[in-house]
Amino acid sequence: MARKKIILYALILAVTFIAPFAFPNFGTQLATLWLMIIVALTWDMTGGQMGYNSLGNIFFYGTGMYVAALISIGRVYDIGDYTSAAGGGIFEFTDVQYFSGLFLGVISAGIFCSISAVLIGTLTFGLRGPYFAIGTLGVAIAAGELVSNWDWVGGGQGISLPGYPGHPDTGKIFFYFLFAAVGVSVFVFVKWLYGTRFGSAINAIRDDEEKADAMGIHTLRYKLITWAMAAFFVGMAGGISAFQLLHFEPLETAYQTIFLGIFMVVCVLLGGKGTLWGPVIGAILFHLFKEVTWNYFLGWQWVALGALIVVTVVYFQDGVMGWLMHKRPEWFGIKVEEKIARETK
Amino acid sequence: MDQVLSNLSLLVEFPIVNLKIVLDGIMIGALFALAAYGLALVWGVMNVKNLAQGDFVIAGGYVSWWLVQHGFPALLGVPAAFIVMWGIGWVAYKLVISRVIERDLFTSLLATFGLAIMMAQIMNLLFGSDTQSVDLGYDTLYFFDGIVNIPIAKLIGVLMAASLAVGVIIFMKSSRMGQAIRATAQDARAARVMGIDTEKVYAFTFSLNSAICGAAGAIIVMVWVIQPFYGISYAIRAFVIVTAAGLGNLPGVIAAGLGIGVLEQYGAHIFGISYQQAIAVLLLLLVLLIRLIQQQRNRQVLK
Repeated sequence: MARKKIILYALILAVTFIAPFAFPNFGTQLATLWLMIIVALTWDMTGGQMGYNSLGNIFFYGTGMYVAALISIGRVYDIGDYTSAAGGGIFEFTDVQYFSGLFLGVISAGIFCSISAVLIGTLTFGLRGPYFAIGTLGVAIAAGELVSNWDWVGGGQGISLPGYPGHPDTGKIFFYFLFAAVGVSVFVFVKWLYGTRFGSAINAIRDDEEKADAMGIHTLRYKLITWAMAAFFVGMAGGISAFQLLHFEPLETAYQTIFLGIFMVVCVLLGGKGTLWGPVIGAILFHLFKEVTWNYFLGWQWVALGALIVVTVVYFQDGVMGWLMHKRPEWFGIKVEEKIARETK
Repeated sequence: MDQVLSNLSLLVEFPIVNLKIVLDGIMIGALFALAAYGLALVWGVMNVKNLAQGDFVIAGGYVSWWLVQHGFPALLGVPAAFIVMWGIGWVAYKLVISRVIERDLFTSLLATFGLAIMMAQIMNLLFGSDTQSVDLGYDTLYFFDGIVNIPIAKLIGVLMAASLAVGVIIFMKSSRMGQAIRATAQDARAARVMGIDTEKVYAFTFSLNSAICGAAGAIIVMVWVIQPFYGISYAIRAFVIVTAAGLGNLPGVIAAGLGIGVLEQYGAHIFGISYQQAIAVLLLLLVLLIRLIQQQRNRQVLK
């Protein structure tokens, strides 16, 4: 069993390394796939494992974009001058400035998002169930609207960033591996985390928060730490996206509440909530569906995506993993006693 | 910042401007209150939080706009939108809502969010993404040297909204179906035992909600503008109003609706029109936080 698992993981890592070279035309799509995996896995940390369904995780994505961009620009130029010129070619970045700005920006985006998760969480984690979802959705929408009115950071026009200093194809592979590195770290991290005491504690919060509280678990502290960890990774992913996209604006790219903000939830539901592999499988399926509709249902792709959301939520909420667990319980180490099962029927 | 201060001082120097803002706010707030009443109805009766509420409003607006484009009189749009949206609401209930009633609240929230995205995109494909409105061609009344202006179209809109609200209230109070709806809201199981077909009541309630929203949208298109993606802000306003007023509290819904209309107009006047959406959402957060603090006072903890 253990050897099988090692072979499986080695295979996945090998595919990860080979994919961008094997399909050079799909470099950007593959990078986006990793982005979906990152946001789905981190959404599942609070949504699936802790039972707090956030619709506002996209806030960290957008904030990560802005923090990374502003830090990398602010080290070299005055931000107000830069945004008022809309990056119109006057401002050049040397290679060293670009890469150091990129890494510093992405890391600080993660840290900033963690801190903001703790601040927002202190206010919103008292809300339960759907109120938490609506409250966090409100935070994300409000942030987008406020940023689009803030001229110092580019207002509704957004920010343009310098392109990758090198061949565009190398740039694609570079960003693919950045996303893949974050994605693999998220997976390894949550796999480890769910096996620890901490994982059991947040599962206890999901199952019955009052009882968990009574058992001596500091629920608010656990909730804040979990969200801060999720926000760290989403913020980093947002920071990388900012550099990959070259240009972003607040409402449709950064704080894209009705696009990526809802996609991450659907990915998790499609794959299976509260499981390790569910978000990954869901992200892959969703991304495939999205790319296929993009190419073949021209104009109607958003309607098809909306329909997929409704169908997933209404008819297929247990997701792929839940369905498998029901059909093949032995794969998950669940032993079904044939005799008892027959008797209870 | 200077802009904000000068806007504030304008309010103090010319008190009459306040009157204009309050009147505008009440006229808009009446329409918010209609959509919020529909939300409270669905929320209270079947415990579904409908995020597609705003898109029903916008769809009703497009029904009316489409009729005017094809040469029908504009005032016909309101009853037409009521009927068409009744049908759309019924279809939405049968396909989606009926399957999420028994599920947890996040499911219905997400399912209606998906529905909202679908409806917005379909309207975008059918009618384009430009803002649209219907011009009734009536005059505008001016008071106080033209500082306070009331377009007659807006007055008609408010009157129609009020009469629709009164009609719905009378229906809920006195008709058999209205009684059945209220009984189901109180205790669905007991209502079933007493011979009420709750499934029918649910379908009726959701269709009625959708029809009310449609009529509100048909009024909005006469006095304001609509656009396929404006829906979500109406849904959020409806949430603010219902969360602030509580379920089953009709005077509260009306007061909160008018209050939010006025607050938003003040915000738009002081901070600029581009902050209007942000103000609506920030009001939501404010209301949620106030509720949270109230509940924390009620929560009893052993220390």
